[in-house]
Amino acid sequence: MTNATHTARVRRGAAASVALLVMFLAAWQWGPGALGIPSFIVPPLSSVAAEFVRAWQVYHLPLHTGVTVVEVLAGFILGSLLGALVGYLLGMSPTAELALSPYILALQIAPKVAFAPLFILWMGFTVYPKILVAILIVFFPVMVNVLTAVRNVDPDLINLARAFKASRAQIFWRIEFPSSMPPMFAGLRIGSTLAVVGVVVGELVGGNLGLGYLLTFGEGQANTPLVFVSIVMLTLVGGIAYVAVILVERRVLHYLPARGVGSNI
Amino acid sequence: MRFADAKGGGALTAVRGVSFSVRDAEVVSLIGPTGCGKSTLLNIGSGLVAPSEGAAFVDGERVAGPNAQVAFMLQKDLLLPWRTVAENVMFGVEIQGLPVKERRRRADTLLANFKLAEFSGHYPHQLSGGMRQRVALARTLAVDPHVLLLDEPFSAVDAQTRMVLQHDLAQTLKQANKTALLITHDLAEAVTLSDRVLVMSRRPGTIIDEIAIDLPQRDNPIARRRDARFGDYVAQLMDRLDIAHVDLGHVALEREAELTK
Repeated sequence: MTNATHTARVRRGAAASVALLVMFLAAWQWGPGALGIPSFIVPPLSSVAAEFVRAWQVYHLPLHTGVTVVEVLAGFILGSLLGALVGYLLGMSPTAELALSPYILALQIAPKVAFAPLFILWMGFTVYPKILVAILIVFFPVMVNVLTAVRNVDPDLINLARAFKASRAQIFWRIEFPSSMPPMFAGLRIGSTLAVVGVVVGELVGGNLGLGYLLTFGEGQANTPLVFVSIVMLTLVGGIAYVAVILVERRVLHYLPARGVGSNI
Repeated sequence: MRFADAKGGGALTAVRGVSFSVRDAEVVSLIGPTGCGKSTLLNIGSGLVAPSEGAAFVDGERVAGPNAQVAFMLQKDLLLPWRTVAENVMFGVEIQGLPVKERRRRADTLLANFKLAEFSGHYPHQLSGGMRQRVALARTLAVDPHVLLLDEPFSAVDAQTRMVLQHDLAQTLKQANKTALLITHDLAEAVTLSDRVLVMSRRPGTIIDEIAIDLPQRDNPIARRRDARFGDYVAQLMDRLDIAHVDLGHVALEREAELTK
């Protein structure tokens, strides 16, 4: 594929994307009315937009969004660090992995969001239980990817370093750690979207702050537009987190060949 | 370097009663059927694997573990994708803790010798297979080893690139006066590059023959290939390996045993 046809393809793809967005927004505005769906079931776009302005002024939307963002950030960062750390430790110690794997598997199968009420019982209506749910949910994809990456390092590469008389620390920092970067970023991408899920579930269960709380508040008032506003804001928070991970990934993994169309989203 | 009555290969005896030595600045090739334990010998020589019996010696000293006198190169280039060409060449000397200036100097010299100077800032994925293998050779030479252990270093590249790389290697070995043990499946490669060829039997491998290659210009593989006696040597090796009568089913079973080991 030449560069010119590639650029043309990207341009066509982007144009089609924008057209789809316009069609979707138009369907949202006029679709419910045309199909006779009452506005308390699916409010049209304009009333959601008006509710957005009202939520901003009356319901402290910026505050709720800010709280959710901080919880997502804290949960994502701590969960990733913990996941990476445990992944490296287990990756380097097959005995530890054998000993711990049944428990890790059990914890991985247990639906993490189900822990939210428990954490609220423990820590009250603060930001901490929400962050803890996010940590727990982010932990696994990062840990599993790092563990697999450390396990899959080519033994000949390790032998090469050993033949140069590399120490255990040198083997880790020069071979195992950098080798684990691409799978770790795959885990971080998944983790960045899951962090939002964890935080929202925590907020739905208890407390009076955050977009998850605003969501239940809107539900309680039968304020469907406010529910939509909250969903849109949550999607935005998740989207920004995901894009941030991709931007960092591009910097860190700059040495990899450029990947195909679309795979970078 | 010398292998004295070496035996090795873990649960499966890969080689048994192998004794041979390589003189300083000599290039010796090791050929033999698949799974005859050639690579086991190489691992013993580089100190990565301890033989269950016997020993290997380099410069009169018993090999007890990885050591700076020996460097190896495999069929896989083993370049680190996150390092540039120059950084890959410096990998060994960096681990050995040479001063940064000296690392840089060695990398620059080697890359210039291999006509890769302009690629020193490139990443491995931007290079062809032949260039990558050349970088791997430069990395092997950067630690300035006395002995090079080469395990089918060119078997993954196409036939023409292989000839170019063989030429590079022959020139380098001669100029730097290096001792080398080359493992290969390519009989012509063995004849063009070596002073001597050792023929191994099937597992447990032993050395069944030793053929001195009495051709001039070991630093010029192309000239050697043109020599009238070249074909005779290849034919002689072919006869020794009894290639016309190899039972491939047997080879496949041995291969399987090796993989499930």
